[in-house]
This record gives sequence, structure tokens and C-alpha cells, in this order.
Amino acid sequence: MQRQLTSWKGGMMRSRGSYQQQQQRGFFFNVDWAIVFVYLALCTIGLLNIHSAMYDEKHPSFFDLSTDYGKQFIYIIVGSVVAIFILLLESRFFSALAPVFYGITVVLLMLVLVVGRNVGGNQAWISLGGGFRLQPSELAKLTTCLLLARYLNGTNIRITDPKSFMISLAIIGFPMLLIMLQPDAGSTLVFSSLIFVLYREGLSPYFLILEGLFITLFVLTLKVNNIAYIIGALLAIGIIILLLFRRNRKLMPIILAGLGICIAFVLSVNFIYSKVLKPHQKVRIDIVLGITTDIKGKGYNVNQSKIAIGSGKLWGRGYMQGTQTKYSFVPEQGTDFIFCTVGEEWGFAGATVVLGLYLFLLLRIIRIAERQRSTFTRVYAYGIASVIFFHVIINIGMTIGIVPSIGIPLPLISYGGSSLLSFTIMLFILVKLDSNRMGIV
Amino acid sequence: MNSFFERRYIIAGVFITLILILLARLFYIQIIDDRYLLYAQSNVLRKVYKNPARGPILDRNKKILVQNEAFYDIMVTPNLVKPFDTASFCKLLGIDTAEFHKRFEKAIKYSPRLQSVFEKQLSAQAFAAIQERLSEFPGFDSSPRYLRTYPDSVAAQFLGYISEVTDKDIKKSGGYYHPGDFIGVTGVERSYEDVLRGRRGVENDLVDSRSRFKGHYANGAYDTAQVAGQRLISSLDLRIQKLGEQLMMNKVGSIVAIEPSTGEILCYVSSPTYNPNLLVGHERGNNAAELYKDPYKPLFVRPIQATYPPGSSFKPLSALIAMQEGIITPQTTYNCPGYYWSGNHRVNCFHGEVHGVVNLASAVAESCNGYFSWVFDRLMNYYGAKQTASTFTNWRGNVAKFGLGSRLGLDMPSEGKGNLPTAAHYDKIYHTGGWRSSTVVSLAIGQGELLATPLQLANIEATIANHGFYYKPHLIKGIGDKEIIKPEYRVKNYVGIDSQYFEPVINGMQAVVDRGTAAGSRIPGIVMCGKTGTAQNNHGEDHSVFVAYAPRENPKIAIAVIVENSGQGATWAAPIASFIVEKYLRDSITSRPNGITPDYIMKANRLPALENYYQGPKLKLPSKDTAKHKADSADKKAATGAGRKKNKNKYATAAYQLERRDDEEQR
Repeated sequence: MQRQLTSWKGGMMRSRGSYQQQQQRGFFFNVDWAIVFVYLALCTIGLLNIHSAMYDEKHPSFFDLSTDYGKQFIYIIVGSVVAIFILLLESRFFSALAPVFYGITVVLLMLVLVVGRNVGGNQAWISLGGGFRLQPSELAKLTTCLLLARYLNGTNIRITDPKSFMISLAIIGFPMLLIMLQPDAGSTLVFSSLIFVLYREGLSPYFLILEGLFITLFVLTLKVNNIAYIIGALLAIGIIILLLFRRNRKLMPIILAGLGICIAFVLSVNFIYSKVLKPHQKVRIDIVLGITTDIKGKGYNVNQSKIAIGSGKLWGRGYMQGTQTKYSFVPEQGTDFIFCTVGEEWGFAGATVVLGLYLFLLLRIIRIAERQRSTFTRVYAYGIASVIFFHVIINIGMTIGIVPSIGIPLPLISYGGSSLLSFTIMLFILVKLDSNRMGIV
Repeated sequence: MNSFFERRYIIAGVFITLILILLARLFYIQIIDDRYLLYAQSNVLRKVYKNPARGPILDRNKKILVQNEAFYDIMVTPNLVKPFDTASFCKLLGIDTAEFHKRFEKAIKYSPRLQSVFEKQLSAQAFAAIQERLSEFPGFDSSPRYLRTYPDSVAAQFLGYISEVTDKDIKKSGGYYHPGDFIGVTGVERSYEDVLRGRRGVENDLVDSRSRFKGHYANGAYDTAQVAGQRLISSLDLRIQKLGEQLMMNKVGSIVAIEPSTGEILCYVSSPTYNPNLLVGHERGNNAAELYKDPYKPLFVRPIQATYPPGSSFKPLSALIAMQEGIITPQTTYNCPGYYWSGNHRVNCFHGEVHGVVNLASAVAESCNGYFSWVFDRLMNYYGAKQTASTFTNWRGNVAKFGLGSRLGLDMPSEGKGNLPTAAHYDKIYHTGGWRSSTVVSLAIGQGELLATPLQLANIEATIANHGFYYKPHLIKGIGDKEIIKPEYRVKNYVGIDSQYFEPVINGMQAVVDRGTAAGSRIPGIVMCGKTGTAQNNHGEDHSVFVAYAPRENPKIAIAVIVENSGQGATWAAPIASFIVEKYLRDSITSRPNGITPDYIMKANRLPALENYYQGPKLKLPSKDTAKHKADSADKKAATGAGRKKNKNKYATAAYQLERRDDEEQR
């Protein structure tokens, strides 16, 4: 631990006494400015692109509250106030109240099923009056991370211990279940990204490998559409691996079990596909896999989205110049498909900048996670990294047609108060926790 | 520190890998794949073509023959229609409710969201009544459309008509035309299409995902303005054109008048004719069907497509060639017993009239068949009977210089050639060397295989009036505001006859009108030189032919008139020609020695009885194949002979196009 501490920059090397003194000086003390910078950059990019995507000739100003960009601007202001407020709080506050937050979220998730407003087939919103709405599933991502962090921070909790593992799964699974009832498949799937957290905390890598295998097999089975070939290929691969590792007796049962699970999965794919998935979900999968191309109907959104992004070429068509965006060929252009505007108006260059910012943010969070003394902060950091990562990959992947359409927003860029506030709180809790990394939470 | 610290790299690696996959995919669709920019452009760009006004056509005195007039389409957008009083709406448009529902369903089927045509091409008057009340019926709207209109309803075959382009036209134009565009199909509308149509304007509009107009692409930098079609000044004189059409009413035939000093066609009557306004607007389809079914074939362009034996009107030409070849002099005499034996072939003079001793002028004046047959025999046997074929070929060459047997190159489509037989033609029939002068002697008097179009006959008169040359006949004397004339119309075409040989023939022709066969049609105070003809044919009565030019000094007009199946040239064709000539030269008509008035001619019905007028099988509205078949069988109407066959096909096709176009017109 000492070695790790000395590795930080000189400015941060303080005697314990002076460190505590300085902590009292202000709430910006020890703040990780890199995160704050990336946060502001992404919010600004979001605001600009929402302005372009939702542009209203009668209300051109950023500050016009009747427009979506006017609202987004307010959300950013509110977000910043909330961020400062978080920095004012005690670090222990989050850990201590994690169960309370979690409880409130669960109550809201139940409430939304009863009094929620149905928007686009999902009963996901609670109306707050004045045109503002709350989406409890956004909050759930945050509070689940907090409770998971608090649980794993406990003494004698090890993920390799079946009981701990099951409790962790329950913490993640309960809100998932409630969100699935809305039904909001996108937000539900976000929670599956928390497997990275469990993995970091000691979960067997086979789970990660198996998840990857499942996705691959699911795609292959649907694409090849011949179970016999797939199973034949699996058996062949299995035998080759067995032969390669025949000296290693310990691996044998694992390989055999894996093979069995894979074959069982392949056999169940058609069942999952035809019985579990809803028709619109099937179509979305079919479109990504190229099994159907219906660019006038079901595939219209993704096709127009690809056209928008593809037409940006290297430098883009310029701010407010994207015709796909301006003339509403792209659907949901302020929210889920906001990346189309980025791709169309700022081109590959702009898209690279945005992806670069996200990657920088994610790696920075990992770095922050690993410099913590407390498990709570580390688990929490990995939690939000996983959530942000999942959002970015799924959202952008959807707009360029390599992931089935799943309606989840692009963090900090998509229009929407719930999403923006939720990610703001997530990040700034981390910033707060990190600023106090020397203390014991 | 915990034992799984190293796993941070695995997780970071997964993050980096997947984000790189996104970047790679973005690189592919944004940089490598060029299709998307095109797709994006085709999403928002709508090319809107602005069709310019078609050029008007004027007569030689700048009176309007055809111009554009606004017609109104009633449009409907089914989605916008609210419940309304259907009965009163139907009454307004003059349709019944069943028809209303039929059209309305068709519009819905086309698109509930987009406008489509509900009622086509209402005239301005008809529309005025509807316009006031149209606002009572939401969802219905009007849209102007410019169509051709003919204020005097004359010169239908000269002007021709326009119609929507066919797929073939589009292909042939290399993409200039688009479906729904109009193109000239016949007449001057076709031959001057490039000039009349102007240049289409293109507007690049931006539209949103619901096809709503959003602005001009690049602020109109790539738009082009439409350029209106140029006006055409035709050589026609509206006054005599109108008179000609009135005189030819209820007759089958043609009038062609040419100004000898320019080759400009002054009068171009094809009878029976039709009102060109019939082929425009609302009732076009039905009218076209009627015209097509008409057994007298008003769509047939007789001045250039019908061919007739010139008959005696050919004799001046015969005489000119004989003089040029040195066979005769004006003083050469011949004693006519009322007939002539060419070998064992007897040629009778008309009604067996005995002309006695005739010279060139009197032979022309009295139309002595014997004299011309005798001259022809001498000419053909000049180098001996064995040389008949080569002598004939030489003679044929001389005749051909006058424009017979080939197209004169009129600036109209579908001109016929007529027929001037070749030596090879006779070799084929009678074996080589198996024919003599006597075999072909009927050519001397304009009969036999000889066939000419009215245009060719008029052109021969113009040549005689000019003493040996003609200008290419043409119908358009000025293109555009600068009145550009094609240079080819300024070239003199010499026919190879020395000018001194014309006077004796002209003396004879003057005598024809002064005291000869056409004396009854003499115009007091105007010296007209002419020649009557009576063209024998296999179908009914002879055709009445008269060719002339006037005045003798400084000729202003050369004319050919043919009235089918109406007997001698003097009875019908000559009076008609004299009225046209006098109207043109004096703008008024005086009385004639024979007492015939224009009114008398106009009222006379010389239409051949239909049982005599061979038309082939009854025509039905065509499918493509039967149209051709019918055209072929109609060809057997032999009065017009071989040269007509091809034209007949064209005519049938044109009529067919008329029909079919109407079906396609519903957009």
C-alpha cells in the first residue's frame, strides 16, 4: 500500500496531518479534474448535438425552455449543482445510506408499475408535474451499484463463496426483475454488465468466457440456422481441446461441462428465440444479423441511422448541416439515436473524439478504482464503469447496426434529465469517494 | 491490494477491444463505404422539373396558329377530404355519383396522402364556374396546366399534335424526357420539337422524411431556370389557309401553294381536316377515337403523304424536257386526228377530240394527248429502239431533277416520295430489252406508274414560274425572335432546263387559263398560267387536278389543287385554285367567267360514296398488332399507290399513340 501511495504525484504527497487540514479547506480538494473535464466535454457535445437534432427555427436559443436543448441546458445546470452538493457531503454518507437508497429505488420501481406513464410501450416513467418525469430504472443502476459495493465491502464476504455470490446476484437481480416487468428490456440488460464487477472481485473467469460463448453461439445459431452443424462443430472443437489438454486432468471436467452447457444452450436457442423473445425483439435481432432486410418498415430506423452516420465521411457535414438529422429521417434523434447526429455532422473525426472521451473516462475510472483503499469505492467504481461501458457499446453499436435495437441512452450525450442526472450523480459520487481515498469509508 | 488486481487489465482490455470494434465499424461505414452519402442525398433531394412554355407558332403575318392556354385539373387529396354534399359536387363537375366513387377510390388507391388528378383539363370557362365553389369541398384543389390551343382551328395536319412521351421516346432522348412530359408526335410539333420545347428548368429541392418541401438545395446553386420554347414563324398565310380549308370542305384532296421566289409554303390544306382543338384537353381520348374511325381519314397528311398520277398537269414538264433534248422546237407542229398510235398502242385525246394541227403552245393549251405521245415516242427512239432503256434512264433523270420520285425534304415528318419508275422496273416486268417507247408512252401524259404528291406538283409550278430553279419548299420561315432561317432554304436548285425554253410552255399555260380548258376560272386582271389534269385511277371517278402560278410576270404564288374523284381538272380544282390565288394576291374575290362562286364550292359535297371509297376492313380501336394489320389492308386503296404504304403505317401508329396516351395520362 505504501508503494502505491508514493507513486502519486508530489503535490499529493502530504503528511497525514496536513492532508486532513487541507481536506477542510474546500470541496474541490483532491477532486479528479480529468473526470470533471471529460464529464463537461461530453455534456457540451450532447447539448450541441441535441441543439442540432431537435432544432426549432422559432426558438433557436439554447436557453429557450420550450425546446429540448433549453431543457437539456437546465439539466446540465441542475446536474452541476447536484455535483457540487455531492462533493459537500461526507463520503461515509453513501455507504451508510446505500440500503436506504436501494429500498427507495425498489419502492419507486414497484410504484412505476402502478402509477407510471406508459411511453412507447414501457411503463417506465413517474410524472413529477410541470412536464418533468422521473425514470426510476435510471436511479436503479446507481443504487444497485452502491448496495453491491457496500455488501462486497463487508468483512468475510468473498464472491467465491456461494452464499456471497448468491446474495450479490440477488442485489443485482431484484431491480432487474422489476424493470423487466415494465417491460424495459434495454435497462434490464444494463445490469448484466455488472458481471465485470463480480469478475474483478474474484468471480471465476469461466462465467465471463461462458457469457461471451453464449452470445457467439446465439448469433451463430440464428445465422446458420442449422443446429446439427453447430453442434457438430462444437463437438469437434471440444475434442480438439480435450486432445490438446489431455495431460491436464484438472481441466477435463471443466471442458466437458462447458461443452455440455454449450450444446444445451444451442438446443435452447430456438426455444428462447421463438417463445421468450417478443416479435419486435426477434425482428431487431434478425435485422442486425442480416436475416431480414426491411429498410422501409422494421429496419427503417437502423438503416436511416446508418445512412446518417455513413454520410458524415471523415469530417462530417458540419454543425446543423446534417440532412438526415435536420429533416427527421432519423428517428428518436435527440435521445437514443443522438450518435447519428454526431456521426453525420462531425464525421469519423467527431465520432472518434466521442469514443475517445468515453474510453478515456472508462480507463480513468478503472485507474481510480484501483487506487482506492476501500473495497466499497473500488466496487462502486467498477460498477459505474461497467454501466457506462454497456450503454456506450449498445447505443453506438445499435446506431451502426451491429447490435440489435435496444433503447438505452448514450451517457451524458442523449437528451433526457433522468439519464443525465443519474450519470452525473454516479460520476460525482465516485469523484467524492476518490477525493477521500485516503480515508476509511 | 487484493489478489485479483491483475484483472483490471483484462477488463480494460475488453473495454478497449469493444470500443475499437465500434471505431473499426465506423471507419468502414464512414470512410470506406461511399454509398451512405448517396443514400442521404437521395433521401432529401427531390429534383423538380419546371417545364417551360412550348413555343407558339405564327403564320407569315404573325397571326397566331397555336399557343398555350391554361387548363385546370381538379386535384384531390383523400386524407384531407371531409364529409360533404356529394350530390352537389357531382352536379358541379357533371358526373354521377357512381363515377365519383370510382374516381375517389382510385385516388385512395394511388395514395391517401398525396394529391392525384380527379378531373382532367377543364377549360378556363368550365373551371370558372367550379372555382368559386371549390373551397366548399376541403381536400379538393385545382392545378393549372398549359395546353395547346388553336384560335382559328386551322392547319391541323401542318401543326400536328403533342402527346405524352412513350418509353421509347425517353430512351431515345438519352434521358432528356421524363414520364409525363410532352413531345411533338406529328407535323411541325414533331419536326421542330427541339426548338419548340425550350429548355427544362431543374430545381433541387430539399424535402424532409415526409416529403415536405424544406428549402432549396445549396440555395439554388445547382438549379437551372427553364427557358421558354422559341416561337416559330410559319410561311402559311392564315387567310388563304382558312379559305382553302373552307373550299375543300366535304371534299377529299389537297391544296399546296408555294411562293416561287422563296420556296415558302403559303397554303397547306389536307382535306378532310379536323379541328386541332379536338386533340387537346378533356375530351381528347374520345375525339381521337372518332378521328381514327373516320373512313375519310382526317389524320392522313395528304399534301405530302397522298400520291396521285399527275395526269395532264405533267405535260408542261414533258415539253420542257423535249426542248432541252432538242427533239422539238416551239414551232414543231403535229397533226392530231384525235388519237395517236404508239406502236400498236392507241392513245386517245380526251373525249376523242380532234385537235388538228398543233404546235407546242396550243398542244399545252388544248391538252393534246396525241402531241405529247408523239413527242415522247420521238424522244425515246432518238438513239434507236435498242437504246430505249438508256434513253429512258436519261429522260427519267431529267424528270427527277424537278423533284419527282424522291422527297423534297420538307421540314415535316412523313413526307412521301411519289413514284417515278426506273428502267429496271420495266426490265423486271417485260424482260430486259422487252419494252419499247410504246410500252411506257402513258408516262408522257402523266399517267402510268407516275405518282406525285401535291407538294411535288406545286413545286414543279414554282420551278416553271422561276424559269428553271426552285427553292426547297418549307413551312417554317423564321425560328425564334431573330427569325433565323435555315441556310439550305436560300439555295437555288436548278432543274437542268435552260430558261429560254420556258416561255413557249408558259405561253401555252397562259392560254389554258385565258381560253383553254380552265378558261372558266380566269381571274379578271390577273394573268395566271396553269394546267388542268384529270388523273385516271382505279377507284371511281377521275381526280380533278389543277396546277398554276400567277401572276405571269413576277410570280407570287404557285399552286397545286387536287380534288379526289371529282372528274376534270377544270370543274373543281381550277376554280378552287383561282380563288386561292386571287385571295392571296388581292385579298378579295371577284366573279368568274363560269359564274362559280366560293360559296358554291364550299357548299358542294364531293365526298366519294363510301361504297366506292375503299377503306379496308372496318377499323376498330387498335391493339398494337392489329393497327399494323389494318394499315396494311387499308393500303389496298390503290389511288395513292406504293409510296403510301409506309406512311399509312405511320399514320396508324400515330393514331394508336393518341389512344394509348390517354390511358397513361392519369397520374
